[in-house]
Amino acid sequence: MATGNAFNRRLFLRGAGGLAAASALAACGGNTGREDSSSGSGKTISQWYHQYGEAGTQQAAQKYADAYKDAKINMQWVPGDYDNKISSGLLASDGPDVFEWHFNYQLAKSNQVVPLDDILGDAKSDYSEADLFSNSLDGKVYGIRMIDDPQLIFYRKSMLDKAGVAPPTTIDELIAATKALTTKDVKGLFIGNDGGVAWAANHVVPAAGHQYLTSDRKVDFNNDAVASAMLKVRELMATKGLLLGAPTEWWDPSAFNQGLCAITRQGLWAMPAVQKALGDDFGVIPTPSFGATGKPAIYLGGWSTFVSAKAKDVDAAKAFVKWLWIDNTEYQEDWALNYGFHIPPRKSLAAKAAKLQSGPAAETLKLTEQYGWVDDPAFTQTMRTTFTDAVTNIVQKNKDPKSELAGAASKVDAELKSLFG
Amino acid sequence: MVTPQTSPATAAPDRPRPVRRRRARSQALVFWLFVGPFAVGLLIFVYVPILWSLWLSFYDSQSTVTPTEFVGLRNYQDMLSSGPFRESLITFTLFAAFIVPLTFAASLGLALMVHRIRFAQAFFRSVFFLPTACSYVVASLIWKLSIFNGVRFGLANTVLEVFGQDPIPWLSVAQPPWYWFPIISVRLWLQVGFYMILFLAGLQRIPRELYEAAWVDGASPGWKTFRHITLPQLRNTSVAVLLLLFIAAYQAFDEFYNLLGNVVNYARTPLQQLYITALGASQDYGRGSAGAMILSLLIIFVTLFQGKLFGFGKPAE
Repeated sequence: MATGNAFNRRLFLRGAGGLAAASALAACGGNTGREDSSSGSGKTISQWYHQYGEAGTQQAAQKYADAYKDAKINMQWVPGDYDNKISSGLLASDGPDVFEWHFNYQLAKSNQVVPLDDILGDAKSDYSEADLFSNSLDGKVYGIRMIDDPQLIFYRKSMLDKAGVAPPTTIDELIAATKALTTKDVKGLFIGNDGGVAWAANHVVPAAGHQYLTSDRKVDFNNDAVASAMLKVRELMATKGLLLGAPTEWWDPSAFNQGLCAITRQGLWAMPAVQKALGDDFGVIPTPSFGATGKPAIYLGGWSTFVSAKAKDVDAAKAFVKWLWIDNTEYQEDWALNYGFHIPPRKSLAAKAAKLQSGPAAETLKLTEQYGWVDDPAFTQTMRTTFTDAVTNIVQKNKDPKSELAGAASKVDAELKSLFG
Repeated sequence: MVTPQTSPATAAPDRPRPVRRRRARSQALVFWLFVGPFAVGLLIFVYVPILWSLWLSFYDSQSTVTPTEFVGLRNYQDMLSSGPFRESLITFTLFAAFIVPLTFAASLGLALMVHRIRFAQAFFRSVFFLPTACSYVVASLIWKLSIFNGVRFGLANTVLEVFGQDPIPWLSVAQPPWYWFPIISVRLWLQVGFYMILFLAGLQRIPRELYEAAWVDGASPGWKTFRHITLPQLRNTSVAVLLLLFIAAYQAFDEFYNLLGNVVNYARTPLQQLYITALGASQDYGRGSAGAMILSLLIIFVTLFQGKLFGFGKPAE
């Protein structure tokens, strides 16, 4: 669900990041007179990023672009609805040559991106299997992972101690903790202003011990385990301990930092801001397990970089991607660790990242290795929307879980058939 | 330029003719100077996309706008078979049946009051019209973040607290459907002023003599004159307002998108549904176009039916 969450995050940034964007405009120097002399070959490559929330990211991206000598890099920082901008850009002739996005089956099937196995070369073994899987189709790798963003649960140690609650490991414990931690001024749990619909749709299936699709591309969410897990989410909502309609969304740690809730879903990216506000008064746990077949889970989102099949010079674009996101480990480390916190996808880099070696960050890294899971590129956006609608009907509209899941499964089946035959 | 010179004989007896012809020609030039750019823009940015969309709707246009695989009516079948798009069409037909009369009555009532007021009429007219100038997005954000947020210090919840009620998560739950309060109130706030102005213009065109004649005939000002003079005289304005309101209800997007978002499906508008289908990572332009065609046909049908029912464009009685 990287797309859905990242999209929400950007929507928030569109509003709140206005000031940051305005101040960043001064530094936005895409065409600063380096046209003729410095770039020897005279080639121009356009590169697109979505608008990151962490301060300094745009300047960093510009710095990397300026440092490349074999071509002029025209870096574009895209605020607003990045998904739409990319999908229309890929259809038009003035789209990006190199861009960051999330891989899905359609991108490769409609030949919008090119395989990158040749530039990946020996470095392939340095990436985790999960990161390669989420960017591959039929044995070819189409995207190079830039950052890994684990999404897990943060809790306020002092509040849990005061209420005599242990960090929850199962959904039943989470429900009990939510009830116990809710007071007049503090809500027990914050899983999103949508009442947890996106959370339930994105995080619960793996925590119930299943996948969206099996490895041979069959529906794996239409079963009793997922149905009863969704009923547990409904039970969670009924506790009246959920923080709903907060001024900020869950990916912004403000509500947690201001003490509006005791437990919150969160991403590793927010850890520097939480540490600054709360010091050591917080801990991290994975999404708790659901039911007897369940296991704790951590969704590993993130961003990958792609080369458009319509690039003016595909080889030059590939060479740039190889230079920045495969060979240049110094910049990759800078990108992952110096603004928000992200896990560098290169195992060799992650192992020596000093900032992730201690405290809750180290704990997150360890938990992610144990419980992390990634998007399946065969589970397309259309299928996600179908599944999310079924989840909304179950947890918010109290419809029958089995028939809703069965209905979603038959629609996803039809999609699978039309895509894969 | 050529004609008058080649046949001077015929031109001679009727002297003013070339002048008139020249004037006609220069008038045509002026006409095209003014209309041309607009017509070209309309053609390129409206009619070509509509026809292109019609063409796309018969093809499997996944991630492409130059498709090759003809699928006939399959996209239409997919969009019309039971699913989120059909549901949203039904939901928003119900929504229209509710919001249209409500906005109509509210703006007509407001117009009648502003029309009758003896002092500061211009002030009240402007005050009620001002929200029309506010962007839907800005208004939605104010509604979402300060008036109807779910925490105890939101404006609506502060008021509830005064009366000893628990805070309500206005936009976060489907049951009970509290989310209609913010959505309908923001829509009324934004729209009523505009339609009030239309009604005011209509009210000012009703000749005073009609009311005086009615008064002489013994009809006291009030319900009777409203029913038999004001309403019939406002017929054309009313039909125009109804038309605009119906179209606006089916084209609802901004406040729903900003208040509820695209993730939850409490009340996704038809346009939101098309946005999800055709844009973003889905890129299914075939089904999206089919949906757009269905929605357009529905709007055209409702408009024509309503025009027929109320006699739009007929001279006032």
